[in-house]
Formats: sequence, C-alpha cells, structure tokens
Amino acid sequence: MPMRKVMKGNEAAAWAAKLAKPKVVAAFPITPSTLVPEKISEFVADGEMDAEFIKVESEHSAISACVGASAAGVRTFTATASQGLALMHEILFIAAGMRLPIVMAIGNRALSAPINIWNDWQDTISERDTGWIQFYAENNQEALDLILIAFKVAEDERVLLPAMVGFDAFILTHTVEPVEIPDQEVVDEFLGEYVPKHAYLDPARPITQGALGFPAHYMEARYTVWEAMENARKVIKEVFDEFEKKFGRRYHMIEEYKTDDAEIILLTMGSLAGTLKEFVDKKREEGVKIGAAKMTVYRPFPIEEIKALAKKTKVLAILEKDISFGIGGAVFADTSRALINEKEKPIVLDFILGLGGRDVTFENLEEVVEISKKALEGEKVEEVNWIGLRKEIL
Amino acid sequence: MAVRKPPITTREYWAPGHAACAGCGPAIVMKLATKAFSEAMEEKYGDPNAFAIAHATGCMEVVSGVFPYTAWKAPWIHVAFENAAAVASGVEAAWKKLGRKGKILAIGGDGGTADIGLQALSGMLERRHNVVYLMYDNEAYMNTGIQRSSSTPYGAWTTTSPPGKYSIGEDKPKKWVALIAAAHQIPYVATASIGDPHDFYRKMKKAASVDGPAFVQVLAPCVPGWRTPPEKTVEVARLAIETGIWPLFEIENGDFHNIKFQRFPKDGKFKKPIEDYLRLQGRFKHLFKRPEAIQELKNQIKELWRILGKEVELP
Repeated sequence: MPMRKVMKGNEAAAWAAKLAKPKVVAAFPITPSTLVPEKISEFVADGEMDAEFIKVESEHSAISACVGASAAGVRTFTATASQGLALMHEILFIAAGMRLPIVMAIGNRALSAPINIWNDWQDTISERDTGWIQFYAENNQEALDLILIAFKVAEDERVLLPAMVGFDAFILTHTVEPVEIPDQEVVDEFLGEYVPKHAYLDPARPITQGALGFPAHYMEARYTVWEAMENARKVIKEVFDEFEKKFGRRYHMIEEYKTDDAEIILLTMGSLAGTLKEFVDKKREEGVKIGAAKMTVYRPFPIEEIKALAKKTKVLAILEKDISFGIGGAVFADTSRALINEKEKPIVLDFILGLGGRDVTFENLEEVVEISKKALEGEKVEEVNWIGLRKEIL
Repeated sequence: MAVRKPPITTREYWAPGHAACAGCGPAIVMKLATKAFSEAMEEKYGDPNAFAIAHATGCMEVVSGVFPYTAWKAPWIHVAFENAAAVASGVEAAWKKLGRKGKILAIGGDGGTADIGLQALSGMLERRHNVVYLMYDNEAYMNTGIQRSSSTPYGAWTTTSPPGKYSIGEDKPKKWVALIAAAHQIPYVATASIGDPHDFYRKMKKAASVDGPAFVQVLAPCVPGWRTPPEKTVEVARLAIETGIWPLFEIENGDFHNIKFQRFPKDGKFKKPIEDYLRLQGRFKHLFKRPEAIQELKNQIKELWRILGKEVELP
C-alpha cells in the first residue's frame, strides 16, 4: 500500500531517489537543496539505500562524478540549485552529448548578483540549451513523481538524455505537504533495472567515450541529441500514460484549467500554477472568462500543445520567473516560436514576475489581467511587462 | 656486466597510430604507464585488463581519441579539462557497486592537474578513492600551443612568459603538485621521469598496487614546447635527474620525514651541472646571456631539496 507522509519538497526528491535505486549519488550542499543530499546520506547511513554516495568538493565535481558513474553503466542521481547548477554548466552539455541518462533534482533558485537564495527559474532556464530534458513540479507530490518519470524517460533507448526536475526554492523545497510514497515493488516494476547497451567502461569490452569530434563528425553527433530530444516528446507521453496506470496520477505536457471558453489564458510553470487555479476560480465568479495552464515539460518544448492551447484563447499571457536579457522571458520567446507559422494566433504577452522570491500576489495577477484586457480591446500594450516592480527604489 | 632490470610486459594498451609528435615524451608515458598498470592488475586481481582510464583534456587525450579512431585498448573516458579526478571518482564508485574488480587510472597534464584540475584532484585524494592519478608534466600548456602553467619552471620561455627587456621568461618557481598530493597523507606519492623508464615503471606498478589513492608526477619532455630535437627526449629527461633539477622520490602516507630517494648521489653532490640540462633546450636559450637567472634557478632547486630534507651541491 502506498504510504502518505507529510514532507518537504526536498525530502520528496530524496524519497524519489531512494525509490529509483541509483547506484551512485554525487552531490554538494547548496541552499535550498541541501536537504536532498542530507536525507540521502541518512538513507545510506541507515542501510535503506544501497548507493555509493560521493561527498564531492564542488558541484562541478558532482556532475563530473555522475558522468563517470553513468558512463560506467549505473543509474546516477544528483541534486543542486542556482550557482551550483551554473557551476555544472559545462558538464551538462557533455552529459547530454555523451547520452548519459543522469537525473538531477533542482530547487529552483535565483542567480547572483545580487546573491539571493529564493525562488525563480533563472537557474534551470539558463540550462535550457544543454540537451537536458526539463520538468517543473507544481507541488511536492509532483517533485517525487516527476523524478521517477524523469528516470524512465531518460533511460529509454529512444532518448538516452539526462533530465532535470525543478521545484521552487522554499515554496516547495521547504514547505511540508502530504505526499504519497509509492510502493517500492511498483516503482521497481515501473523503472526496472538500468542496463545500458551504449555506454559502460568494461575491461572485457573496452570502448572509447568522449572522443574528439572533427568538423566531419561533430554536427552529426549534435544532431543525434536533437533527434533524441524530439523522440522524448513521444516517450514522455507514453511514460505519463504508464505512470497513470501504475500510480493513478495523471501528467500532461501542458495541464489546462478552465480553458475551454477562456478569452485570456495565463500560462506558467511550477508552484505558481496552484495560485493561478485559485485566481481563475475567483475571476470566474466575477464573470471574467479566464483560464490557466501549467507547462510541466519545458524541454522538449511542447510545441503542439502550445498550438492547441493558443487556439482556445484570444490572449495568451505568459507568467514567468526568468528573464532573457535583451528579448524578454524565455518561455515567451519559445511560445512565440511555436506559434509563428500559425494562421490564427492569439495576442501573446509576457509577464516577468516573482524574481528572487518576490511574492506573486492576487494583486499582481489582477494587473496581468488588466493589461491582457487592454490588449484584447485593441489597445497597444508592452509585450514584456515587469509585474510587481518596486519603481520607488529604482 | 649486464645490469638486471625489471621486465616490462609485451601487452600494449597504447596502440601505434596515435597522432602525437615524433619524439613525444607524454606518448612514452602513456605506453609505459598502462603496461605497468596491467602488470599490477594481473598480480593483484589475476586480470591484466582490470582497469579503466579517465583522461583530462590535453595533448594525450586529443592525439589518442580522434573519432572514429582510438589509440586505446582499455576502457577510456574523456569528459573535460579540469575533472579527470572527479570523473575517475564516479567510475570507481560505480565499479564498486557493480562488484567489478580493478583500479581506475586518471591522467592529466600539468595544466589539467596543477592548475584547473587541482581542486578536483584534492577532492578525489581526500575522499580516498581507489584511483591512481598520473600527472604527465611537460611544464606548460602544450595542447594550446606552449603557454605557461604553474608547473613551468623558473626562467623558461613560453608564449605567455616570453623573455624580453623586462623579463627573463617565467618568473615564478615551479609548483610541485607531488608535494601537495603528499600533504593529503595518501598511501603513495612519487615523482618519476621517462629518463629512467624502469624507475617510472616500478613506481606506476607500486601506485597501482596500493589500496586507495596514489599520485605519480612524471617528467615528460615536449619536443615543440621545449625546443628539443625529437631524438633527445629521453636524454633530456635523464639529464633532469642527473643534474638534480628533477628529484626522484617516494612519499608514503604523507610521511615527509621518511622520503625515499632514487638516483640521489651519496655525497649530495650532483656531478653534472644544470647548464647541461638547460643547454639542450631552446626554451632556456636566453638564460645563457643571464647567468644570474641560472644562479637563481639553482638556488630554487637547492631550496626544493632542502624542503625535501637534503642538502645538495649543484656544480
């Protein structure tokens, strides 16, 4: 019988790692993810988890050790956030290029400067082009589930790419919620043992991994990463189906809420989706036709799902906790790309909010709706809007 | 009378056809190191192939792994410049869980070891991974075209330490990573030179045989970087030992009071002058117009020996 426990998001991530039975975990403490390696070291200390836990001296070595372990042929897990993820940056490309299905939990946190330990998505968004699959969790249950799903997708032979699961700093990492912990046997059935056919360091069958790619071969190697990420679209949906059958919880590339007759749809990721649902209920009571949508998978980008969502609305308002300087939000840019060749498309607006742990209030969301309404009425509005900016201290 | 030398296995893990320069010192290192490793593995585990190699970015990585070819007859992985020790840590942990017997050999040049990879090296040593870290020291960033590293010796010309009106070339003493490694109190640390291949071979075997981490720093002359003729590689590496500029020693468990020395003159007097070593190399050519710089280099070498516990005379 699945067990229900009240726990923090970080603990949910550690439980997911325990259930997935990785043979090697390498991690370095960083706020707000520190509890993940702490909890895992407790599991290992108590003999509840049979993994080698490498207490590395940096995040750079954490991911490097994971690459080594994964290349040696075992299931591998790590966790980090923010600066730690940024320190891994170089090796993230290599993990994907070498097609190593490492899974990483990330307590989504802002980047310096100024130093800030609170939530936004700038850390994972900055790694969107590394070739890692990216999931974003709305709550602690999703953090646990998506890590299991991430292993299953990453290790699929049609994919073989690393995957990261983001869950918002403090909002989830440190907040306790009831979480259902699935039965170990069902997880074992779902994941199976990881037996790689492509990458393992075995003296009986020596292979060279991480060779030099001349211009004659480099592009093709990168193409295979592209192809694997394209394959991941299909595989993720299959895994979502299988997960529902096994565990009873349903996941979507984009989850919709009251969108069918909406004139304005607010699209976001992560924990903000919960707030949006409540807000939509409130606005519906006031007679405003709005809906909400939550993007669970950001890489591969859910292009078809975005197109379908866009067909339902007149304004697609994107609420995001990241900024790509010189263009706007990253999700906005990607959404625009998905819609560029559509004959009919809604007005797409970008709202940058909640950076560095700034609260996203109903008041902020009202402002989003006001701007969206103006755009709907044909008024000219900014495409990129900073919401909740304290202009008095600028 | 023939001197009895330890035998060297005929097994090869470093295949001909790699793209290193003629007379490449590090290429000799790769060949000898893997042979020694395989012998140690045969003795320890009954399987000469019971090892894998984690390689830092650098000359030897580039010349040996040009896709779709490989010069390696052993399982081999390259990830990046600074993380061979961390990658080796991961491989070792995975092998432990897989129940695979054997040892991991991590290889890096002086750039990947003394500079950018020093932190990962320290972490790996401190965590006591069962890994031998082999630093092939050609005393500059040779892969990128002869820029100075912290392992470049005093007075040497490199493209980023050029001698000029206000410069004698590299103006800092060489950093000895072997001593930093020994400070971790790991089971075995040694310096070696391809100028004494049997000594190097023995030390690699020893390093591979101990339980836990070991570190070997081997002098490996670079033909284009040192401005030496290809056929002089071994000779110049031998002169480094004979002139006292390259101490050969072993430190076990960080016991600096009981350092074992090899090829050390009984009376502490080196017979050949350092000038003999310098003269063979274009990178020191300019020093012969600056005798005070050669004297400074000698002072530094004497100081190094003093730190190692030996008073020496350099002619």
